[in-house]
Amino acid sequence: MEDRNVKIHVSNLRKCFGDLEVLQDISTDIYEGEVVVILGPSGSGKSTFLRCLNRLEEKTAGEIVIDGKDIYAKGVDINKMREDIVMVFQHFNLFNNFDVLGNMTLAPTMLKKASKEEAKDNAMKMLEKVDLVEKAHVYPAQLSGGQKQRVAIARALCMNPDIMLFDEPTSALDPEMVGEVLNVMKALAAEGMTMVIVTHEIGFAREVADRIIFMDGGYIVEEGTPEEVIGNPKEARTIDFLNKVL
Amino acid sequence: MEIIITKYGGLLLKAMGQTLILALYGLFFACIVGLIFGLMSVIKNKVCNVIAQVFVFVIRGVPMIVLAFFIYFGVPYFLNTIVGVGKQVTLTALQAGTICLTLNCGAYMAEIIRAGIQSVDIGQMEAGRSLGLSYAKTMRKIVMPQAIRTMIPSIINQFIITLKDTSILSVIGFPELVNSAKNVQANTFLSFQTWAVVGIMYLVVITILSYAAKLIERRMNRGR
Ligand SMILES: Nc1ncnc2c1ncn2[C@@H]1O[C@H](COP(=O)(O)OP(=O)(O)OP(=O)(O)O)[C@@H](O)[C@H]1O
Ligand SMILES: [Mg+2]
Repeated sequence: MEDRNVKIHVSNLRKCFGDLEVLQDISTDIYEGEVVVILGPSGSGKSTFLRCLNRLEEKTAGEIVIDGKDIYAKGVDINKMREDIVMVFQHFNLFNNFDVLGNMTLAPTMLKKASKEEAKDNAMKMLEKVDLVEKAHVYPAQLSGGQKQRVAIARALCMNPDIMLFDEPTSALDPEMVGEVLNVMKALAAEGMTMVIVTHEIGFAREVADRIIFMDGGYIVEEGTPEEVIGNPKEARTIDFLNKVL
Repeated sequence: MEIIITKYGGLLLKAMGQTLILALYGLFFACIVGLIFGLMSVIKNKVCNVIAQVFVFVIRGVPMIVLAFFIYFGVPYFLNTIVGVGKQVTLTALQAGTICLTLNCGAYMAEIIRAGIQSVDIGQMEAGRSLGLSYAKTMRKIVMPQAIRTMIPSIINQFIITLKDTSILSVIGFPELVNSAKNVQANTFLSFQTWAVVGIMYLVVITILSYAAKLIERRMNRGR
């Protein structure tokens, strides 16, 4: 794991909403192909951190460098940047006015990444990956939660991204559907996708994470391998949190 | 009743035509104005937000009859006498009426469009943006189509109100239905018959319009 490329470099990131300091001072490096799971209590700033990584939120101070480029620099094409770093949301956010295939081909065709035909072929391949080929022409309203999230992941994959951000992708799912989504994510991790995942699925984190980041109060309290952070936590707040969720 | 229909029917129908022309002009420009101010109130720009709010606030707070007098008499007076722009400015009743409807209906349309856009889950915009689509592209392809679906009933309702509001513009002398009916009444003294016919004429047109609107609404809802 020595000569790995730094994919995302975060230094001294701060984020306030008005008077509320949500991220205090976050610094970390995320490497190419690494799977990072972020744990932490509600309100600790996990989502905000994730959303700063693709500028769905604007930082207050600090620096985020992706592939050597400061994403907050003047003149950065924020839309271009987001084509490579896609996000999967807790509530799926499939486009309700498009069917599954439409959801998956809209951005690639509008952004001229592919012709209609190519985008469609690619979308079908991605649907195969998440095992939903038969749902290609169905509207989101007719899918189960687990299916929606798998489509959302497939939609993100259609952008051929470098980095995928997941914000509690299974938290809105009925328990019996969590597994199918986690399995898709496990497969992506195995393929070497760079992933940053906010989740409360400790078992999943232990299994797929290369590194766990535990956040509380806008700080990174503890980070390390799953064995270190989950198996043998050092900080009182981490221990406290794990006791509550395990 | 027969006299009104046989002798003045043609005239009243023509006046109804004028009513529809005025309403059509008004609605057309109101849609544009409503879209502009509606978008101005949802984009992330304080100045635009305030301008849109003030526009809606003013139009909502002023009765349309006052607005009509203000535009037809007040504005030309202001330009000619107070500002003094070289040549005499006058507005025809159609022009003033169109402006009046545009502003009035436009303000309500702006509110309908704002509410419609805000009713679409913010996640739709975020998902579009996080796939690299611009604000404008996401708005056009994802948010607006969903917003319009929820707006249709209110828009139809507003169209009907505006069509009826054209009658207020009889006060500035535009020869729409009410104005013409006043003349018919003056000539015939058959006030009951005249206004009954006029009322029925409005009713018929609005019924047809509502029916057409229902068809459109149903067709739009079928696509999902
Ligand atoms: N747009 C916003 N405006 C104001 N405050 C916000 C905004 N977004 C988040 N916050 C606040 O920032 C804090 C951190 O929120 P964040 O969503 O990042 O927490 P989280 O760790 O993801 O929590 P959860 O596990 O509940 O999702 C919370 O106190 C929240 O109320
Ligand atoms: Mg969160």
